[in-house]
Amino acid sequence: MAIITLDKVRKVYAGGVEAVKGVSIDIADGEFIVLVGPSGCGKSTLLRMVAGLEEISDGEIRIGERVVNRVEPADRDIAMVFQNYALYPHMSVYDNLAYGLRNRGTAKSEIDARVKEAARILEIGDFLDRKPRQLSGGQRQRVAMGRAIVRKPAAFLFDEPLSNLDAKLRVQMRIEIKRLQEALGTTSVYVTHDQLEAMTLAHRLVVLNHGRIEQIGTPLEVYEKPASTFVAGFIGSPAMNIIPVKSKEGRLHLESGEGLDAPDGFGAEKALLGVRPEDLKVDFEGGSSDDALSLSMKVIAVEPVGAESYVHGRMSGVADDVVVRVPAKAEYAAGVSLSLKAPRDRLHIFDAANGQRLNG
Amino acid sequence: MKKVQFQNRWIPYLLLLPQLSIVAVFFLWPAAEAVRASFFLEDPFGFGSTFVGFDNFIDTVSSSDYLRVTRFTVVFTFFVTFFSLGLALLLAVKADKVLHGSSAYKTLLMWVYAVAPPVAGLIGILLFDQHVGPIVDMAALVGWKMQIGVNYFDTGMAMTMVAVWKQIPVNFIFFLSGLQGISKSVQEAAAIDCRSGIRRFWTVTFPLLAPTGFFLLIINITYAFFDTFGIIDVMLKTQPGNDPITLVYKVYQDGFRGNDLGGSSAQSVILMLVVFVLTIVQFRLIERRVHYT
Ligand SMILES: Nc1ncnc2c1ncn2[C@@H]1O[C@H](COP(=O)(O)OP(=O)(O)OP(=O)(O)O)[C@@H](O)[C@H]1O
Ligand SMILES: [Mg+2]
Repeated sequence: MAIITLDKVRKVYAGGVEAVKGVSIDIADGEFIVLVGPSGCGKSTLLRMVAGLEEISDGEIRIGERVVNRVEPADRDIAMVFQNYALYPHMSVYDNLAYGLRNRGTAKSEIDARVKEAARILEIGDFLDRKPRQLSGGQRQRVAMGRAIVRKPAAFLFDEPLSNLDAKLRVQMRIEIKRLQEALGTTSVYVTHDQLEAMTLAHRLVVLNHGRIEQIGTPLEVYEKPASTFVAGFIGSPAMNIIPVKSKEGRLHLESGEGLDAPDGFGAEKALLGVRPEDLKVDFEGGSSDDALSLSMKVIAVEPVGAESYVHGRMSGVADDVVVRVPAKAEYAAGVSLSLKAPRDRLHIFDAANGQRLNG
Repeated sequence: MKKVQFQNRWIPYLLLLPQLSIVAVFFLWPAAEAVRASFFLEDPFGFGSTFVGFDNFIDTVSSSDYLRVTRFTVVFTFFVTFFSLGLALLLAVKADKVLHGSSAYKTLLMWVYAVAPPVAGLIGILLFDQHVGPIVDMAALVGWKMQIGVNYFDTGMAMTMVAVWKQIPVNFIFFLSGLQGISKSVQEAAAIDCRSGIRRFWTVTFPLLAPTGFFLLIINITYAFFDTFGIIDVMLKTQPGNDPITLVYKVYQDGFRGNDLGGSSAQSVILMLVVFVLTIVQFRLIERRVHYT
């Protein structure tokens, strides 16, 4: 158990690719941190630098009080779960779990007790004599988890551990990982590109983009107050609708003429208005009101997903489809015009130039 | 696999015929001829032959010369196999770690493979030449007067070295591709689980290379036994007798130099049995071999 500190960490790969561009994160003891971002944003690179599998080009990583920049992976007191599990194919499940302990000179009886305990927790006791190739994907995943927990390390590092599992198993293992981490209280860093996984697991999310941190915060903070249009688009599904607006004399104007107050001190000409699909309500009465913004769109298609449906439509002045979340049974014909209401306190305003959030 | 049924039941045999006839003409017939000849005493000048039963075999196995050659062959095979596998593995492990210029490095090592055995023998002769051979000169520096073709031990050693040198590239390539077939994340997991690189090698890398290593072991034994003929021939041809030779070379020497066809045939029949046993061992073990996926 330990705090982990990343201080202006940079990674430049041979060949000049700057995968991580000065990232600082303070991870509290026992905290579950999820690094999330699109493919190629540098999540794995960052995690692997914490693990010691990748050299740190610049900056400092501390695990506990110790600077680990020059410390071998085996000496960092961390355990890692890989995407493809990386089990030792020639060893039995038992030996896979015991290997790391044996190399650290743990007593035989202690090893046996820990392996049995981990096997019990993860329900892999029946396979201890099998080789990894005799296990299903889900079982291998458990063994990989087991290999991490027997070591009782200061930190767990996960690199997309669930992405090779089918959807149902993924949900099940997600809950299990969360439960396990809570029970053990081990500081964890978890990499995923699945925003749902990120939201459900994290104490705090770190949203990365092009090797930089876009936002750090609890899942709810990030969802409720995305720091940029990038975060707004990445977290939440379907993504937040972004509507361009013009700024004039302290007001922001939509193409329809509807307007709202610009944030204090905002002087630029253009801004972006963000509104989540569930915050858009179909408005049957029409007419404007003080606490909601009126919008209208032309329906293109309705996408039923079971418990609810997503209505895709076009709004003048908006390049992308606008999506509205509606109850499952609602039906809208393509081509009809739909009046919508967006509560003013649910609106997000971003700077059109750099995508940064403007309202509090 | 899908079964295809031929309309005419003879067609499959017809299609197999070319392959079968090659096996028959180039293997079965000579083999049968050797077995037949091993039971006869052949007149050196070609005037008929006499049936002598197992006499040729008895003479062969009981001759002290044959035992000496057998002993040398076993020792030679052991050292050639051991060193060509060991050195190739060492080189492959190092090459696997090379990040820059690795392809140039690999190509250089592969060159030796393209050298034909007799040419390798010739290069060996040059290296071990009494007057200009650099290896002989180097040995002289440490006070070792190497006499290839005169001293039994020196000659055997030179032959072993050339044979090892010639075989390293093949082993190297197999080991290297074996190493590159080991999952990177498995090695990373091992780096987290075990600090000592040497221990990691013996507990993770080496066991995962075992299938490759085992395959190469059989290949190398066969090589040392049979394919070193060219090297030995070139290295010894001009030298006086009483040199270290292998069983295969003795077959040739007795048969074509000594004109003892019967004895030579008996020896080759014994060698055939050796190959037969080796093949069985290989298949048995390969069958039992675990294949890691
Ligand atoms: N060994 C390497 N050499 C050079 N560039 C690399 C290397 N590994 C990764 N990169 C580059 O660094 C950037 C970040 O890679 P990284 O693997 O960290 O992405 P990621 O966020 O984990 O993506 P994914 O979700 O696809 O796994 C990418 O642009 C990638 O091309
Ligand atoms: Mg990755």
